[in-house]
Parts: sequence; structure tokens; C-alpha cells
Amino acid sequence: MEKPTKIAVRNLDFYYGQSKALSQISLEFKKNQVSALIGPSGCGKSTFLRCINRMNDLIPGVRVEGELLIENQNIYGSAVDVVSLRRKVGMVFQKPNPFPKTIFENVAYGMRVNGIRNRTEIRDRVEQSLRQAALFDEVKERLDQSALRLSGGQQQRLCIARALAVEPDVVLMDEPCSALDPRSTTRVEELIGELRSTYTIIIVTHNMQQAARVSDYTAFLYEGELIEYGLTRQLFVKPQKKQTEDYITGRFG
Amino acid sequence: MSETSAKKNKLDLFFHLVFLVAGASGVIILGLIFAFLVMESLPIFNVVSVKDFILGLDWYPTYLPADYGILPLIVGSACVVALATLIAIPLGIGTAFYLAEIAHPRTRAMIKPVIELIEGLPTVVIGFFGMVVVAPYLQRTFNLTTGLNMFNAGIMLSFMAVPTIASIAEDAIYSVPVHVREGSLALGASQWETLYRVVFPAALSGISTAVILGIARALGETMVVLMVAGGAAMIPESIFDPVRPMPANIAAEMGNAAFRSDHYHALFAIGLVLFVITFLFNMLATWIANRHKQVGAASL
Repeated sequence: MEKPTKIAVRNLDFYYGQSKALSQISLEFKKNQVSALIGPSGCGKSTFLRCINRMNDLIPGVRVEGELLIENQNIYGSAVDVVSLRRKVGMVFQKPNPFPKTIFENVAYGMRVNGIRNRTEIRDRVEQSLRQAALFDEVKERLDQSALRLSGGQQQRLCIARALAVEPDVVLMDEPCSALDPRSTTRVEELIGELRSTYTIIIVTHNMQQAARVSDYTAFLYEGELIEYGLTRQLFVKPQKKQTEDYITGRFG
Repeated sequence: MSETSAKKNKLDLFFHLVFLVAGASGVIILGLIFAFLVMESLPIFNVVSVKDFILGLDWYPTYLPADYGILPLIVGSACVVALATLIAIPLGIGTAFYLAEIAHPRTRAMIKPVIELIEGLPTVVIGFFGMVVVAPYLQRTFNLTTGLNMFNAGIMLSFMAVPTIASIAEDAIYSVPVHVREGSLALGASQWETLYRVVFPAALSGISTAVILGIARALGETMVVLMVAGGAAMIPESIFDPVRPMPANIAAEMGNAAFRSDHYHALFAIGLVLFVITFLFNMLATWIANRHKQVGAASL
């Protein structure tokens, strides 16, 4: 059964100063599905991902044209509050980036900046988020220790818990496993599988096996353009475009 | 082949020795200075006890019998430095945050070298400014008997501490990694929240180090306090009282003290006290920098 559309992108162009990084991207992400963005380095997949929560706004001299609608609201519209957008659209980064705070405070941070003061609520949601991120059992004895003492894989799951704690609808993941060892990677991939029923997930990866394992839909980008987008099993088994086929069979990239 | 490698080994050994001598000389010289200070100051403690020296209220080294109590000098130093710190901390840290977070990269590239230039300003120039410009202004505005006082000295010393604090704190703030800031912004935090909830704590050890080094600099500063602190060896009762900080006292009197006299040894003992205090401050800075040293992604 076809799920409803969560994010619709229409004719999106993106510029870093004079150079165009994305050109006429149009596609739709379905609700509660995992979509993967693949493509060679520099193809614009991370740039595209960062358009969805407007993280690119932080870079001086960037320009966006076209529309990016989340539940039919253009997030580049003039009335959009970036802070509440980012609360709805969480992000997990390539390199684990816990704050230099305790494990508890890392997860509570998003709630605190979003004005939640109730201690019981914060405590409950910290625990719930850590459980969702499959980290709670490993850290429940030391929630007041610095998050920086955790291993890389634990730090990344902490960052996932941190993103989930503000109860977003969409979770963006920018190569979340590229800094992790194989075992931690498996944990995070399993986690993505568990989260898909509640969240709309978009994941950038340069690992095609990973895209095939975790995603329902896959988009292949090349030199700032969307070459092909479709069901993951179709795209990997029977790509429609020659460039896609060349890339997934490892002939370039 | 083996000949060249033997040659290389010799060259390596040579440079090893060169750098060893260069590195060790700093430590050795410091050790010698300390030893000299101790040797030259010890004889005074035959005349006055350590307790009377440190806690004594009267400094009359040329009277008969002489009084060698340096508490007014210590308090003078402490007050002036405290006042300077009070002014320099907000200004220095504010400057650091402005440069690292708010200023356009081009503005930063312009202002940072200027601040570092101020750091190298001859202190006699700052003292001169305090004497000729600030002192008459204070005297007129607050209707004082003299504009050369603790308040003036505090302002002038803060002038010197601000660049030190700003420059080191700015490095600490700037080196908080971008991806840690992004993590905060991506959770719906505003730029200001990110600044005070994530960046400031992450940079805190560096900022503390900056403040302590700023204080240490103000503490050891001689020329400025000699020129503008007023020079009265008494415990101040208001911030507009003249004071006589330790370095100013040494500089003012060393020329008049007879070689190896009690007065001469007492001045060295003051130098020793100053050395120990400054040394402790630097130790504190190192300790804080190491204690709060981050590991992992947010390391400084």
C-alpha cells in the first residue's frame, strides 16, 4: 500500500556562491519510510540532506531556489521559523558530536532548549529516547558521566537518542556509520529498522550495501542532479539508467 | 648507503643535542633566578620574622629602626589586580566571543592582529596615558586629591590584561568544533542558546586559562603601577586611595637601597613573594587546562 507523502521537493536548485551544487531536484519522500541518498563524493547528497532542515543556512553566501514542502508547507517560505523546523526535522551527523556534557544532559538538551521544564517529563523522555536508541542498558548506571567517555558507536547512538528526544517527525542521517566499526554499524542499522515505523528517515550513505539493507527507497545523485529515484530493490536489481547501473556495479565513484 | 646513514645519524644526534641545550637552558635559567632570589632574600629573615614580614602593617625601610612589613604592598597588589580583573574579564571574554562568533571573518582578520598588537604595547606608554590623561580626569570628575590611585591603576592594568584574555579565550572559543555547534542548532537551539549552553562550557577551560594568565600578567606588571598607582604604602580604604603594589615598590626603591643592606634583602624577599604568587597562578592555569581537557570529538 502506498504511504502518504511527507516531504515533497520541487525543482530545487542550490548554490554555494556562484557554483551550483544541486540542479532541479524533484522527488517525494513517503511517510514512515527509510529513503537512502547515494552517489559519489561531491555529488550533492549531503548538501541536499542539509537543505531539508536548513542547516545550509549557516554557510554564508548560499542560495536556494525551488520548493521543499514538508506536509505541504514550503520550509523556504518567508513565514517559516527555522528553530521549530529543526525541532520537527532531527539530524544525526557523520561524526558523532556529543556535547561536552553528561549523557543525561546530552539527551535532555533538546528538550531544555525547547522550553520543557518539567523534571519528571525530562527524565522519562531521556530514558525512553535512550531505550529507542538501544543504548539505555549500556549507560543506565552512568547517566551522570561525561558523554565523551563513551565509545564511538555509543556516542553515535547517543546522538540518535538526542535527536529522538525532541520528538521529530523526520530524522536526517548524514553517513551516520562512516566513523563506526562494523559492529556498531550493525547496531545503528538495526536501529534504523526499528525506527522506521515511527519516523520518516532519510539517510545519506556512500555504502551501497547499507543503502540496500536499510532503505525502502533510494535516490541516486550525480553531479548535483537526481539521476534515478525508486524502490530500493528495483533500483539495485534493475536500474533504469546507465549511470545508476555503472555506479552500483562499481564502475565509477 | 651505510656511510650516508651513519652521517644522518650523526646529524640527528647533533640536532638532538642542540635542541636539548636550547630547551634545558630555559629551565636552568629559571632555576638560577629562583636560587638567586632565595639567596638574596634569606638574610632579611634574620632581622624580621617571616610572619612579621608578610603580615606587618608598616613599610618604613629607611627609618631607624626600620619596619619591614609588606602587608600593605600585598594588599595593594591584590586590590589593583582584583579591580583590573573585574574590568578585564567581561571586556576580554566579550571581545573573544564577538571575534569568534559574531564578527565577520574579514572583521576578525582585521581586529585580532590589532588586539595582539595592543598586547605588545610598551607598558610605559600605557602608564603615561594613565598619568597624563586618566589621572587629571579622575581628579576633576571625582574631586580627589590625586588621580594617581588604585582605580586608575586598575583601569590601566585591565587595559593590559584584556588583550591577553581576549586573544587566548578567542582561540579556545574558536576551536570548539563546528559539528558540536551544528549538533545544537539541529536540535532547535538558537544561536544564542548554542553559544551559552554548548560553546561556552566547551571552551571554559581555555577561557579560565586565559583569565588566569591575564591576572598573572597584571600581577607582575611594574611600570604601569609605578607610574599611576600613587605609591602610598598603606592599606587602602576606598578605591580612590593611592596604593603601592609590590612590583612598583621594588622598582622604586631598588636604586636607593645600599648593596646587601637589609633594605636590599627585603626588596628581594618581596620579589620572592611575587615570584611565588605568579608561579602559583601559572600552575593553576595549567591545572585547570588539564583538568577540563576534553577527550573525544569536542577536544580543544
